[in-house]
Amino acid sequence: MYEILSKTKLNNDVEEMVIRAPYVARRCEPGQFIILRVDDEGERIPLTIAEYDSQKGTVSIIYQVVGFTTRKLSEKKAGEFIADFVGPLGKPTRLHAHKRVIGIGGGVGAAPLYPQLRKLSEMGTEVDLILGARNKDLIILEEKFRTFCKNIYITTDDGSYGMKGLVTDKLKELVEGGNQYDEVIAIGPLVMMKFVSLLTKQYNLKTSVSLNPIMIDGTGMCGGCRVTIAGETKFACVDGPDFDGHQVDYDELLRRQGMYKTEENHACRIGLGKV
Amino acid sequence: MNPKKVPIPEQSPAERVKNFNEVALGYTPEQAQEEASRCLQCKARPCVEGCPVNVRIPEFVKKVAEGDFDGAYRILVSENCLPAICGRVCPQETQCEARCVRGKKGESVAIGRLERFVADYAMEKMSADAPRIERNGIKVAVAGGGPAGLTCAGELARLGYEVTVFEALHALGGVLMYGIPEFRLPKKLVKKEIAGALKLGVKIEKNVIIGKSITVDELFQEGFQAVFIGCGAGLPSFMKIEGENLNGVYSANEFLTRANLMKAYDFPNSPTPVKVGKRVAVVGGGNVAMDAARTARRLGAEEVYIVYRRSEKELPARLEEIHHAKEEGIIFKFLTAPVKVLGESGWVTGMECVEMELGEPDASGRRRPVAKKGSHFVFPVETVIVAIGGTPNPLIRQTTPGLETQKWGGIVVDEATMKTAKDGVYAGGDIVTGAATVILAMGAGKKAARAIHENFQKKASG
Repeated sequence: MYEILSKTKLNNDVEEMVIRAPYVARRCEPGQFIILRVDDEGERIPLTIAEYDSQKGTVSIIYQVVGFTTRKLSEKKAGEFIADFVGPLGKPTRLHAHKRVIGIGGGVGAAPLYPQLRKLSEMGTEVDLILGARNKDLIILEEKFRTFCKNIYITTDDGSYGMKGLVTDKLKELVEGGNQYDEVIAIGPLVMMKFVSLLTKQYNLKTSVSLNPIMIDGTGMCGGCRVTIAGETKFACVDGPDFDGHQVDYDELLRRQGMYKTEENHACRIGLGKV
Repeated sequence: MNPKKVPIPEQSPAERVKNFNEVALGYTPEQAQEEASRCLQCKARPCVEGCPVNVRIPEFVKKVAEGDFDGAYRILVSENCLPAICGRVCPQETQCEARCVRGKKGESVAIGRLERFVADYAMEKMSADAPRIERNGIKVAVAGGGPAGLTCAGELARLGYEVTVFEALHALGGVLMYGIPEFRLPKKLVKKEIAGALKLGVKIEKNVIIGKSITVDELFQEGFQAVFIGCGAGLPSFMKIEGENLNGVYSANEFLTRANLMKAYDFPNSPTPVKVGKRVAVVGGGNVAMDAARTARRLGAEEVYIVYRRSEKELPARLEEIHHAKEEGIIFKFLTAPVKVLGESGWVTGMECVEMELGEPDASGRRRPVAKKGSHFVFPVETVIVAIGGTPNPLIRQTTPGLETQKWGGIVVDEATMKTAKDGVYAGGDIVTGAATVILAMGAGKKAARAIHENFQKKASG
């Protein structure tokens, strides 16, 4: 059992939990993820790691309350326990000290982006950031990013905060306005990563994305998380989750993500397990 | 004397394809005694040689014939800590029963069924009390809570070692829990038998992945003096043909894990779903393929095909599984190899195959299947399950300097002791052999435990 040390609501849909998980925290690095089960009858879901403290043995996860399991998780309070919490999974991000990097965080994708950019900043890289979301409420972690990012640009779909538009609009403006970046790190919804990659391909600008496909065990055993990278099948859990954004077959992955759409709706609709 | 085995009561095929309850129901005490009395108690005891963990078969069978089932259990469990499981999943026909003298004229003694009977009988009345064993203070770590790791842990605990089993998943048992279906190996029984084997004070750490959460070298730094690696076969192989990433294509690992470990057969009462079309093709001919096909049938598939590129004679699955699959209406397409998975709007709609014929024997000694020219054909299916084995999980290999591995990724060991190239590290099971059987993994775990013990005894006396 894994204790929930604290729980914070970041906005209406997004919450942060700090979990005591010494085995995850001790070797954790930016870019890695965990798999959890809320209770003994639960399903296994992967979640990215936002922060970790190997001294204290704690790991922080940020999640959007969207489906059956995240709703169940959201019902838990600080001081309560979740059944299973395993990791760190996946390969750590290969971060290189660059002159200048821009991060792009879409919605809750800002969470896994945070440890990567912070580490880059610690390595002496100048870091810019675009945070994008549907509206102002859904922008998260802005203050935390401010502690080390040089420039932060906000975009919202409805214009309620920052520029009205998409993260790609802002990126285009920046790059075409003469800003030089060595790398783009984009984490967010698949569609966002797809269009960021399409854009940066035009500029021949190196782009790293983090994929979060459906998976069960997270150690390579099930093969459910397979993705096509440069025409070759890879397992996101052991070969990723970070990949070269220009080589990902996004359309295939978008399709695979929808494999259980009917079942998901079903489970939510009938209020499975008295959610 | 009856040349045939006493038949084992089973659920009828028509009934059992509608449920996940166990197919074979087990002997009654009378049936067991009758079957046991077929054993000739021959001096040569070839059956014992055929058993990877060397169960003293004639001795326990004799006790069964005498009606002393407790006595039979004590003999059985002294060599095999998971007899209820082995009685159900061992390929007896190629091991103990293959060597049985009775098999020369008629059928061999039904050793597997007797093993199962004795274990089930004992489990009913098993007490939770653990015998008191003096601890020797030597800490041993076991990576992986499957058949190899559990056997190694159980043996070492019996000898007084302080054993910790590290398991990556949320449940112990490895393939016994995620792979082999309920109707062949009930999970309640697996849990109970494992609990019995570990009641000698083995510590369990679930949700810990050796190579990720902690490395082998770090285990030594934490005071463990030996490490046994039994982390299993690992990554599923795919055929590398077009259409394999379409929705509706599963590895057998994923399909079975969803159905077994995550109880997808009970969706929506269980939150994990699984998709099964009306027509399902399972590619492969081993036990895992049979399990996947029979699971698909129970999940409502109307037509289930086993697509196998060699002929029936080469099927590697246990005879009983093939027999049960046929009874349940599974359709076998022999000498058939998939060349392409067909799809529409991202979902599987069919499979294109080619007919094969058997050519010269290959490295495995089996005749190599060769494609017949112009024999391509297409048949409609909505689900494809790939059950063609796997490659070893790289996590431990990549994070443990000093381990020697095969080209295909398996860990190299000394076969007599299961010792790896790294001091104090032993390995066994699928991570050494590639995909094999539960009992071979258990045999390796047992061998390693004995070698670890001998090594410490030598150190103590030397």
